[in-house]
Amino acid sequence: MTKSQHIDWLLGLADDALILGQRLSEWCGHAPALEEDIALSNIALDLIGQSRAFFAHAGRLEGAGRDEDRLAFFRSDREYRNLLLVELPNGHFGDTIARQFFFDQFALVRYTHLAQQTFDPEVAAIATKALKEVRYHAAHSAEWMLRLGDGTELSKARIQESVERLWPFTGECFEEHATLDAAIASGAMPDRSQAQTTWNEQVEAVLNQASLTKPEGSWSQKGGRDGLHTEHLSYMLAEMQVLPRLHPDAKW
Amino acid sequence: MEPYLCSESIHAMDLNQRFEDYIAADQKIEAKDWMPDQYRKTLIRQISQHAHSEIIGMLPEGNWITRAPSLKRKAILLAKVQDEAGHGLYLYSAAETLGANRDDLMDALIDGRAKYSSIFNYPTLTWADMGAIGWLVDGAAIMNQVPLCKCSYGPYARAMVRVCKEESFHQRQGFQIMLNLSEGTDEQRAMAQDSLNRWWWPSLMMFGPNDESSTHNEQSMRWKIKRFSNDELRQRFVDMTIPQIELLGLTVPDQDLKWNASSGHYEMGAIDWKEFFDVIAGNGPCNKERIAARKKAHRDGEWVREAASAYAQKMNAKASSNQTHAA
Repeated sequence: MTKSQHIDWLLGLADDALILGQRLSEWCGHAPALEEDIALSNIALDLIGQSRAFFAHAGRLEGAGRDEDRLAFFRSDREYRNLLLVELPNGHFGDTIARQFFFDQFALVRYTHLAQQTFDPEVAAIATKALKEVRYHAAHSAEWMLRLGDGTELSKARIQESVERLWPFTGECFEEHATLDAAIASGAMPDRSQAQTTWNEQVEAVLNQASLTKPEGSWSQKGGRDGLHTEHLSYMLAEMQVLPRLHPDAKW
Repeated sequence: MEPYLCSESIHAMDLNQRFEDYIAADQKIEAKDWMPDQYRKTLIRQISQHAHSEIIGMLPEGNWITRAPSLKRKAILLAKVQDEAGHGLYLYSAAETLGANRDDLMDALIDGRAKYSSIFNYPTLTWADMGAIGWLVDGAAIMNQVPLCKCSYGPYARAMVRVCKEESFHQRQGFQIMLNLSEGTDEQRAMAQDSLNRWWWPSLMMFGPNDESSTHNEQSMRWKIKRFSNDELRQRFVDMTIPQIELLGLTVPDQDLKWNASSGHYEMGAIDWKEFFDVIAGNGPCNKERIAARKKAHRDGEWVREAASAYAQKMNAKASSNQTHAA
């Protein structure tokens, strides 16, 4: 993996976590129950923490003096490398849970490998800590998949719809991409088909238990890793970046 | 009938005497102890208002989580607002020990029947407001709340110990934001001053009306639910905060403020109580928005809460049918 691919890969890891953390933080104060205000904020905090660690590492590796905030607040949507899945709007609680469930299962597979690989020991250290957090996140989202899938008729219909709507955004987790191919070749990332099989099995098990149907379609939306995003990301960044961009010389 | 009534009223007198003796001896009243109805009602009112304030208080600060100017500030603010949800939870639980029900309390809040701290009806217009709220609003809240750690009702007192520890972190982070802004660019300093100008008077109002016009003071003091009067606490807050404002190099927005060397206290200008009562009456800048936001979250979440309870019922039914089969 070249240095620029290495940095790109780290930014992808950081951006996935930050963008999903930012989305989840929008729930704070508006969740269906106080317990969920707390849980969703907690998950958001973990994700933002993970992103900071990856940003700091990417910044040091790049050696151009960009710190975590420079990387988070002064890149445009075309420079962001996150999956499209994580930037999608929160929708209703079921949409948020389905998005989280798909991502958490991916994060579990990815962090399990990242924690063990030796290509980048710093990533291994970050992933070891993150894996503990992600196990909780995955338990939380899977538990909600069961409650919504096997709750009321209304909740079942809603969560099934969320699953269908988000399904085309899951394939991007395992897409073929030059940076990721290089990361796989150097052992930094898990083997694609193996990872996808594990993800599929885990997702299917929870969907079955929740009496939900796994969508058939195999079409997948992609482009995030190349900075080609949905229409939603630019708005999100405009909001997130407004203060540092308005006061570029200020320290906070 | 007469002897029965008589023994009953003697019994009630004994209970009341024992309750009063407990309070006098600074003993804690616990959930299952006998207590006068009015004591119970006063506590439910006060604790639930406090819980509602935490929950409504999440909104003005939550307003800046997605726009926090650095990742570190974002994480700190998010953690702070999350703490407030936690405080709301402990406090609703403390109110439940008195026989209240969280759903009923929530209904009272969104129907506009319950009160909450009127400070949260002011808008958060700039990032500096995150500093001013942490520093002044949480600072004033701590002044009010530290004495509650010794309040006569045990579950409330114990909840407040934990709440106060977290609030003092919040206050420090707020002051940090203000310090950072006051040492920053001209625009940041102006932002800090503007925020102090807007939050100073509402913060002083947080201690409630002047002692002579406060309706709940006397009885609550006697029952040791309240330990200091509104004016005493307000004075303490002003005496503590003025040197901090000087340290920040900001100006107190009170032209009548002066130091009284003989009393050892600052004398403050007159508070605009008309504004205070207007905001309490529902005419603050954000009263309607705050309640609408809470109502929306509650209504939008209804199907989710229903699903969770339907699922729990199914699981319970399964578990008990498994037990029956096993037997």
